[in-house]
Amino acid sequence: METTIERKANTKPAPAALRRRKRSWADIAIHAVLILLTIGTLFPFYNVLIMSFSDSAAVSKQVVYLIPTTFKTTAYSYIFQEPRFLKAFLVTLFVTVVGTSVNLIVTLTGAYVLAKKGYPGRGIVMSGIIFTMFFNGGLIPFYLTMKNLHLINNLFVMVLPVAVNTFYLMICIAFFRTLPAGLEESAKIDGANDIQVFYKIALPVSKPMIATIALFYAVDRWNEWWYGVLFMTDVNLLPLQALLRELLTNYAQVLSGITTSVRFQDSGLYPEMLKMAVLVVSALPIVCLYPFMQRYFAKGVLIGSIKG
Amino acid sequence: MEKRFGKEIYKSRYLYILLLPTVLFYVLFQYFPMYGVLLAFKEYHIREGILRSPWIGMNNFEELVKQSEFWRAFRNTIIISVGRIVLEFPAAIALALLINEVVRQKLKKFYQTVYTFPHFISWVIVSGIMFNFLSNDGVLNQIIAALGFGKQTFLTDPGLFRPIIFLSNIWKEIGWSAIIYLAAIAGINPELYEAARVDGAGRWQQLRAITWPSIRGTAAILLILAVGNAMNGGFDQIFNLYNPGVYATGDIIDTYVYRAAFSDGSSFGVTTAVGLFKAVLNFALLYGANYMVKKLGGEGLV
Repeated sequence: METTIERKANTKPAPAALRRRKRSWADIAIHAVLILLTIGTLFPFYNVLIMSFSDSAAVSKQVVYLIPTTFKTTAYSYIFQEPRFLKAFLVTLFVTVVGTSVNLIVTLTGAYVLAKKGYPGRGIVMSGIIFTMFFNGGLIPFYLTMKNLHLINNLFVMVLPVAVNTFYLMICIAFFRTLPAGLEESAKIDGANDIQVFYKIALPVSKPMIATIALFYAVDRWNEWWYGVLFMTDVNLLPLQALLRELLTNYAQVLSGITTSVRFQDSGLYPEMLKMAVLVVSALPIVCLYPFMQRYFAKGVLIGSIKG
Repeated sequence: MEKRFGKEIYKSRYLYILLLPTVLFYVLFQYFPMYGVLLAFKEYHIREGILRSPWIGMNNFEELVKQSEFWRAFRNTIIISVGRIVLEFPAAIALALLINEVVRQKLKKFYQTVYTFPHFISWVIVSGIMFNFLSNDGVLNQIIAALGFGKQTFLTDPGLFRPIIFLSNIWKEIGWSAIIYLAAIAGINPELYEAARVDGAGRWQQLRAITWPSIRGTAAILLILAVGNAMNGGFDQIFNLYNPGVYATGDIIDTYVYRAAFSDGSSFGVTTAVGLFKAVLNFALLYGANYMVKKLGGEGLV
């Protein structure tokens, strides 16, 4: 009986549902594997979380790894008082907000034009872009170019050189191609030029796609660490993830740099707790955004995979 | 004819304005650095700049092949890339097939959501999670100790570095890689399964006769791309996880170039030569893989 109810509840039965008869050993095995994988995926996150909320006594006795024994916010209150973490947070915020805006402007305008046909030069630009997916100058020439453009120790080095992600551009092009030509024609008859058609007609009807791309870009900008490591010699300009990296690999130096006072020793902090708390804060926006992203990305990837 | 061409351009003038930022981006940040590969054939003097530095022919390459560290990185890159393809490729397909066998839509969605999540976390964060998990007092060692075995130094053991690289990448990316196959499976006409069932095909036979053939094309394209990336080896992951103790098995070309150029102060000419060597090899591998797939009757990428 149970299976009949289940089948009715599914508006769109999966292929597997159609060939299903009764619960078999295979089903049990499949679920066992998937549940184990779920635990395996989530457990390391859980572990980090309880570490960040523990206290130094518990950490030094190594009893916090499986079951939380304490709930202290010492590490978090320390982070939010420490100027260096605040600076890194502001840098990352700037890169995420300004970077994502630049990403959207440059990517969407380009994709809109490249989705069209029948104007001179499209083919050349398109092949020029595709070529960059398979060949680039490499690290040193890229570094020297940034130096020539005076982007070293400049926050825009984490914005401009990554203004377009070619893969996302391809997704946008594929999407704009699906828009009906009639929309544009009627606007043109009313006297609109291409720019007006773009922002008055094409953009408003593309909201779901724009949301997807915006989320992808926002995650990428938030996760920026490499250009911070490579191009920032001024520690005040490091993004949060680059600071976290330093804290993880070289924490003694970072702490000596930021803690001239005795506040750190007094606070009852254990380095592991601090690392884990910074880690949680760095991952938090992704955790919050994820449910919204999840709705879109499968579709986005599908379009990209066919056309890209 | 010329007049008409000019008219066409004038007619599209607003399109060009919209396209300008994108073109500017690719010229400045993709093509401009490409002329820097000239450095591979020059001796770089900071004050002269790239163009005026003297040509030295193949000297940089000759110096490169003399370095044992380069060959170690080259070998590691190939071993790690091959390992990734051999282990991670089938794992993603297997996961997609497993998820597809789940009947209840909500449960299916739940599994997908969980497995895809780590993809959006940076390798810096993942490395932090792994340090926490695998360190001397980490949870894994606690479990090992509780079972009565001796503690392991997971992160500094060169013999364990590659397995950890493979496993952690599977942990992070398998759900994301599976999505593309799940999308391909979702596009299969359900009538095919019904017909197969009427003919008496079991679950396994349906998988082999319907599901697998319909995702094979996707797998081929992803395989070509993976082979074309073989000389990259996964910089973000390795750079965030490795340490001098595991250079023997974990140092790849990209990490070697970074270290040589920025920490050890090796010449920019030699390190650019490595980069060029890598890019050319990637390009050749891409075309090679594409040719092979086409030869075997699949649909290629280019």
